[in-house]
Amino acid sequence: MSLAGIPRKLLVLVVLLLSVLGLCLQSALAADEADHIASTVVSSADPIEQALLDVKSEDAAVRSKAVALLIEKGDASLIPKLDAIRAEADRAIRVAIKPVIDLLKNRANLTSEQSDTRRSAAADLVGTGRPEAITWLEQAAAKEPVWWVKYTMEESAQLIQLRSEDQAVQLVAVKKLGELRSQNGLSALKEFVEAGAQSGATNEQRALAEAAQTSVERIDSWSRWASVMETLFRGVSLSSILLIMSLGLAIVFGLMGVINMAHGELMMIGAYATFVTQQAFIAWFSPEMFDWYFPVALPVAFVTAAAFGWVLEATVIRFLYGRLLETLLATWGVSLILMQAARVYFGDLTAVIAPQALRGGAQVMVGVYLPYNRIFIIVLSTICVLGIYFLLFRSNLGIRVRSVTQNRNMSACLGIPTRKVDSYTFAFASGLAGIAGWALTMVGNVDPGLGQNYIVDSFMVVVTGGVGKLAGTIWASLGIGGLNKLIEPVSGAVYGKVFILVGVILFLQWRPQGLFAAKGRNADA
Amino acid sequence: MTDGDLILNCENVVVDYDGFKALNNCNFSVHYNELRVVIGPNGAGKTTLLDVICGKTNPASGKVIFEKGVNLVGKNAEDITKLGVGRKFQAPSIYGNLSVWQNLDLSVKRASKGVFPTLMGRSSPAERERIDETLGTIGLSDYAYDRAGSLSHGQKQWLEIGMVILQDPLLLLVDEPVAGMSDKETEQTGRLLTALSEKQAIVVIEHDMDFVRQIARIVTVLAEGTVICEGTVEKVQADDHVREIYLGRAKVAH
Amino acid sequence: MPEQAVARQDSRETLSFYVVGALFLIVVPLLNVLPAEDSWLHISDFRLNQFGKFLAFAILALGLDLIWGYCGVLSLGQGVFFGFGAYCMGMYLSLQIGKESVYGSELPDFMVWTQVKELPLFWYPFKNFIGGFLGAMLVPMLFATIFGFLAFRSRIKGVYFAIITQALAFAAWLVFNRNETRLGGTNGLTDFKQLLGFRLSDPSTQRGLYILTVLALAASYMLCRWIVASRAGNVLIAIRDSESRVTFSGYTPWKYKLFVFVVAAGLAGLAGMLYVPQVGIITPAQIGVLPSLEVVIWVAVGGRGTLIGAILGAVAVNYGRSVLTNYFPEAWPFILGGLFVVVVTMFPDGLVGMIRKLSDRKKTPSPLIKAEGSTAA
Repeated sequence: MSLAGIPRKLLVLVVLLLSVLGLCLQSALAADEADHIASTVVSSADPIEQALLDVKSEDAAVRSKAVALLIEKGDASLIPKLDAIRAEADRAIRVAIKPVIDLLKNRANLTSEQSDTRRSAAADLVGTGRPEAITWLEQAAAKEPVWWVKYTMEESAQLIQLRSEDQAVQLVAVKKLGELRSQNGLSALKEFVEAGAQSGATNEQRALAEAAQTSVERIDSWSRWASVMETLFRGVSLSSILLIMSLGLAIVFGLMGVINMAHGELMMIGAYATFVTQQAFIAWFSPEMFDWYFPVALPVAFVTAAAFGWVLEATVIRFLYGRLLETLLATWGVSLILMQAARVYFGDLTAVIAPQALRGGAQVMVGVYLPYNRIFIIVLSTICVLGIYFLLFRSNLGIRVRSVTQNRNMSACLGIPTRKVDSYTFAFASGLAGIAGWALTMVGNVDPGLGQNYIVDSFMVVVTGGVGKLAGTIWASLGIGGLNKLIEPVSGAVYGKVFILVGVILFLQWRPQGLFAAKGRNADA
Repeated sequence: MTDGDLILNCENVVVDYDGFKALNNCNFSVHYNELRVVIGPNGAGKTTLLDVICGKTNPASGKVIFEKGVNLVGKNAEDITKLGVGRKFQAPSIYGNLSVWQNLDLSVKRASKGVFPTLMGRSSPAERERIDETLGTIGLSDYAYDRAGSLSHGQKQWLEIGMVILQDPLLLLVDEPVAGMSDKETEQTGRLLTALSEKQAIVVIEHDMDFVRQIARIVTVLAEGTVICEGTVEKVQADDHVREIYLGRAKVAH
Repeated sequence: MPEQAVARQDSRETLSFYVVGALFLIVVPLLNVLPAEDSWLHISDFRLNQFGKFLAFAILALGLDLIWGYCGVLSLGQGVFFGFGAYCMGMYLSLQIGKESVYGSELPDFMVWTQVKELPLFWYPFKNFIGGFLGAMLVPMLFATIFGFLAFRSRIKGVYFAIITQALAFAAWLVFNRNETRLGGTNGLTDFKQLLGFRLSDPSTQRGLYILTVLALAASYMLCRWIVASRAGNVLIAIRDSESRVTFSGYTPWKYKLFVFVVAAGLAGLAGMLYVPQVGIITPAQIGVLPSLEVVIWVAVGGRGTLIGAILGAVAVNYGRSVLTNYFPEAWPFILGGLFVVVVTMFPDGLVGMIRKLSDRKKTPSPLIKAEGSTAA
């Protein structure tokens, strides 16, 4: 199993995020495979031409013989001809031809340039149940470079073997499927187990059942593993979404003492900025350039949201410093206005098309599939955390921000322009919301309610994490995100949220100031 | 009540703020009806000491014995208040949106301060008389029905003292009562505290040495979380160790 | 006692209470019944019913004012308690539909759609009015007791409490939306036919409900007045001003907070109970995050920390809404949002505060009454 594909993809993601170097996002469009393959095959006229005539026969026996021949000898070049026949034929003939077309198509697709096409062809071949397909699959598997496609080919071959008349062959297939940890073979294997358990079962059936039982157990234990991995990943993925949203909130709450209920709407602005950038690319640039819209949208989203934040600070927030509950109410009003403005202007549903590099995902192991867009958000939130850390704790600007937080008057005396620091900090946090919105377009629709969907959760993160502590925000989002995904399969998403709320309340019983409360000397500072 | 009986005895109290020992094995005791002044440089742990006694801060170790062997450590602030410890904060802490009279009325010592007794409760004539009397004591009779928030800084300080007095505490903890007061107000405050000390024990934290000289009988000097000297004003001022701390710091400051 | 200023204020408020109370209780229903329908004095059944709804909201606002305006604890979950009250009454009304339902089943319609064969056990107490009434009062109060105990005892304060209660509103909204909670899911409870044998479609029943609401509001107001005027009321204000001082005066602040929180929840339940038969429907949309926040804006607009302000705000904002959504349906969120911003930043004391300021400047006697009269008309 080769994992080589994934780090390269990750690298691509990072490059994309930083939007440093150009990477060619051009989609290699699925070419017309049929033509390509047809040119390499020389059809050997007679038997096939004959068979093509025979399939039209009224006689079912002649027909099935022709079908068998076509499957054995035919190739994709026949598909247009068969389609033509099918279009004119009656129902019985259509039914006879359909599997031939499917088989030939899938066989041709086994050598497609697109790995996804190859893989789905391999998976589709199982449904036909034709033993001829086994050799095709094995041949294709031998040449296959992508492990996951190769795996599917091998698995499909074994799944077809399972239907063999020969019990020795079946036994081998049963064992092989166990080794492959085949999820798709599970139901067939269970049938074998059941068949062996019946009273009239033959010895062979019993032996088969025993082997099947071992394989089933193997697959089951593997899939438990896999589901743990996937839950973990989903948890981390949700956590990173929560984190990227909570960061800006935590900054304005912790550093400025402002509860910004409009944070979600600043995110929404970032998402719409991405959408508008996309529309601009569609309108003004050639389709090859399309994927570039996404890296370009990053600064657009940041600047737009930051500009809104700057205005918000200058017109509303600055009158309310030190009055936490008032900031909450006023910014809630702002959020209502922004939401309605988006609804009136953009309508209810708009979506952003992900660039090629972020579509699909990586199959890292059997039963564990990691979508690229999720990996992208995890990487992005990590970068954001690091960026904020350096900005706040390792830069001059950060020292100013923190000094204003701790002692406004003293900072002013030392010549720090506190008003400017306030408005820049708020604009920066709003820009972060914009980046979060930009990223969220990859996992959901862009709609006016975008911010509302997550705002309650992200406030829970901030409260649980404790005010003004970056580490608290990180841990709390990991905890809440992880717990959410852990509970979800058991209780459903809704009760998951209810449990989280109860959990947070109980947690605050124990730590009213959150995970990382400022205490002692820090509290005095 | 003899002078020999202790109303308060702190033994080896340690308060640890993330490794910074605000109080370090502090031993401190007060007699009944004593007026004790605590002085010390900034960060010596004076306010922390009061916080520990009144239940605002929990010490990492040590005991705080009140009256006849009640350990205050671990008790919550309301219960300590009910036992008879009153606290006046450094920054005036009053109810700005209530009238002066209401401020005092809430503070009067009553059998129960639970929700329902308070909901039903009406001030008895005796209580009213006491409140009026206290208003006279703190010089706010003319302001009884004014919003407390509209008082001057010094008046707020007095109001808070009045509120604490009405709690009938056995032990009164007063944190920098004259900070921000004019000389005249300071002097009046001094007289007020002296008069009060006839009935209850008082611990005053103060920086203003003139004020300390006016009211103090015994002074305790706190530095770096421990008591380094105790005695009359003259004795303390003559103490080498104390001079070293104040003057030594002064040298560093230059 | 010479608390003259306060006393004058009190008598002024008492006077306005009686005047406005009489107006709502007697004059408005009379204007509904007596004048001819085309007379300009006539108040239509629709309008009367609408006022009934606003006054129910005013009870909800009173509760929030008690806890937020007086005690300084911002609860963003009042909609939940309102919802509990409304749903309890709604369940009783649903069971009163009986055979008149669309499917002719004894079970409420939504149960028939969702294939519920038997009445769930927790619906049984709502088969009679006493159960519905007690449920509408006690369920919110009980829930508030548990939630408030956990929150206040552990000293969750200020903005933390606001956020936690907002999460509560969000969670409650999610849960009430589910079909398996057997409360009608997204569609809620509706199609009520009768209350204690009175047809709800009958204008006289609605008139009765209106009068009942006015009386309930008056009772709620007097209850709040009594609490606020008592020493415990002073403790509430004291907690808002300086919680630590309250602690060092020997009171236990969290118990007081819990007390007003429970009273506020009870008032919210009462409001919900009166709302349902007048409006005829209760859905999860009424109990979510936004409805809970709207209560805050009513109180803020009217003037927090004054009981009259809460009532005034609830009626004024809702009346404004009903007028404006008629003409500019899309504009309402802008106006509501704008109200939040403007009131919070520029008029923290709301309408009552503005009126008081004006009256203090001009020394004109009791403009409060005038102002209330004008909103009522």
